[in-house]
Amino acid sequence: MSKMLSLTAASFALFSTTAFADGHCAAGKTLTDGKFTIATGNPAYFPWVLDDAPESGEGFEAAVAYAVAEEMGFAAEDVVWVRSSFDEAIQPGAKEFDVNMQQYSITPERDQVVDFSSPYYTAPMAVLVGSNATDTEPTLEALKGLQWGAVGSTTAVPKLAAVIEPDNEPLLYGDNADVNAAMTANQIDAALFDLPTALFLSAVMIEGSKVIGQFPADEGDNPDHFGMLMEEGNPLKACVDEAIAAIASNGKLAEIEAKWLQDTTGVPLIK
Amino acid sequence: MARSKAAGITRRELYEAQQRRRSILVAATSTIIVVVALVVLVPMAPGWGKVQQSFFNGEVLAKTFPKLLEAFRINVMIFAWSAPAIAVLGLLIALARDAKSPALFPLRIFGAAFTDIFRGVPVILTVYLIGFGIPGLGLPRPWNSPYIWGSLALILTYSAYVAEIFRSGIDSVHHSQRAAALSLGLSERQVMRDVVLPQAIRNVVPSQMNMLIALQKDVSLLSFIGPVEIFRQAGVFKSLLANFTPYVGAAIIFLIVTIPATRYADHLMARQMRERR
Repeated sequence: MSKMLSLTAASFALFSTTAFADGHCAAGKTLTDGKFTIATGNPAYFPWVLDDAPESGEGFEAAVAYAVAEEMGFAAEDVVWVRSSFDEAIQPGAKEFDVNMQQYSITPERDQVVDFSSPYYTAPMAVLVGSNATDTEPTLEALKGLQWGAVGSTTAVPKLAAVIEPDNEPLLYGDNADVNAAMTANQIDAALFDLPTALFLSAVMIEGSKVIGQFPADEGDNPDHFGMLMEEGNPLKACVDEAIAAIASNGKLAEIEAKWLQDTTGVPLIK
Repeated sequence: MARSKAAGITRRELYEAQQRRRSILVAATSTIIVVVALVVLVPMAPGWGKVQQSFFNGEVLAKTFPKLLEAFRINVMIFAWSAPAIAVLGLLIALARDAKSPALFPLRIFGAAFTDIFRGVPVILTVYLIGFGIPGLGLPRPWNSPYIWGSLALILTYSAYVAEIFRSGIDSVHHSQRAAALSLGLSERQVMRDVVLPQAIRNVVPSQMNMLIALQKDVSLLSFIGPVEIFRQAGVFKSLLANFTPYVGAAIIFLIVTIPATRYADHLMARQMRERR
């Protein structure tokens, strides 16, 4: 027992001496000094996190997390993963994490309640169709006639209403898995996802489904910028932004994207 | 002594009046203390500003309330077609469990198994299993609609509860009435239909009202399999605006419906108590 105690004490001493010797920007600003606590979804989905195991650093967001942590001066073992739901992340009060990464789209309304880092990825929205609708033309006209589904908590919902304006009311679900179930049961023809998720679902999860088109990711069309979510007024934001800017300019971010996200240029644009 | 006589009240009445005044005073003081504590102390909590912003945001409420009200129509619709089906199926299950003839023993087993299963499984599981499972067998549209199968899940679950209430109503009709009716030459069937059931159903109306109120709330569980009813609509707003006020709005709409219904059920219950005395 006393051996364990002294070991813990020694390791604490080690941390306090090695962490941020150069007075790095994250010093004293994290939940636990010397640790960087990152939240992700429960479960976390491919291709953002592989096998629901962010500790492995495999998957796009897991890899970005470790790259950002490294840039901020944290060793890989100082990164602590926790899980959170969307509701936990936006509820008022203290947060259980320093940053939360689960494909949060930055919107002005959300930004009033929480803080977002600068974006680490810009995701075009894409149309995933079930096996009965694979020959649908990628035009708005043809898309209107389909029975749509989407995850209710995502920015896909306003996008559907504003851009596609389907003839039938869309059906909305709690998470990706439920959208899969509805598509497999032929209750919906099509669903709107960010492109990497759509590609993954069509390749692995839903038999016979196909990504028939993507919306252009130009600024006028208000694409989804993914940012790390933080408590409103978190002093860490400047530090995180700096780290994201650094990995973006030294090519690390593009490298991670190329490694974990499929090439998306083959998907036709929706007219 | 002489004084109290002059005032026309006895010492005991004086004492009781004093006690009454005192209890009114105590009740008023404690109510005021609680209200003051809520109104003054809660906003003094350090996080109140944020909580108010997130849960009681007037601007968000005004913006989302009309849409919530519109979505509530779907709840009413699902409720309207599920409730009669539940009443009928619940009664049939209750009768099945009450079947007396030995030849109908399988029916009794079925009734018992039905209530055991559907009362024992959480509603949301039944909604998922039936709502996604049966359409997954390959039914063509529109027969795979989540509205149909989700409603069926509610109907099955609630019938199990309602059947048990009907059964307790049937049991509440005294055995002697059955015996008397049989001795008059009525058949088992006539006894049940004309003697037992009319009384049994009347006896359980207040309890069934409570089931209706519960059903009204549980209709929201269908949101898990697609229909955009009020709970899902509130969730969509919550995600878009990063604000929980739409949930409060949904709660208000539910209360507008359920509080009168609950009061009515209480009233029925009280009346029944009086009649029985």
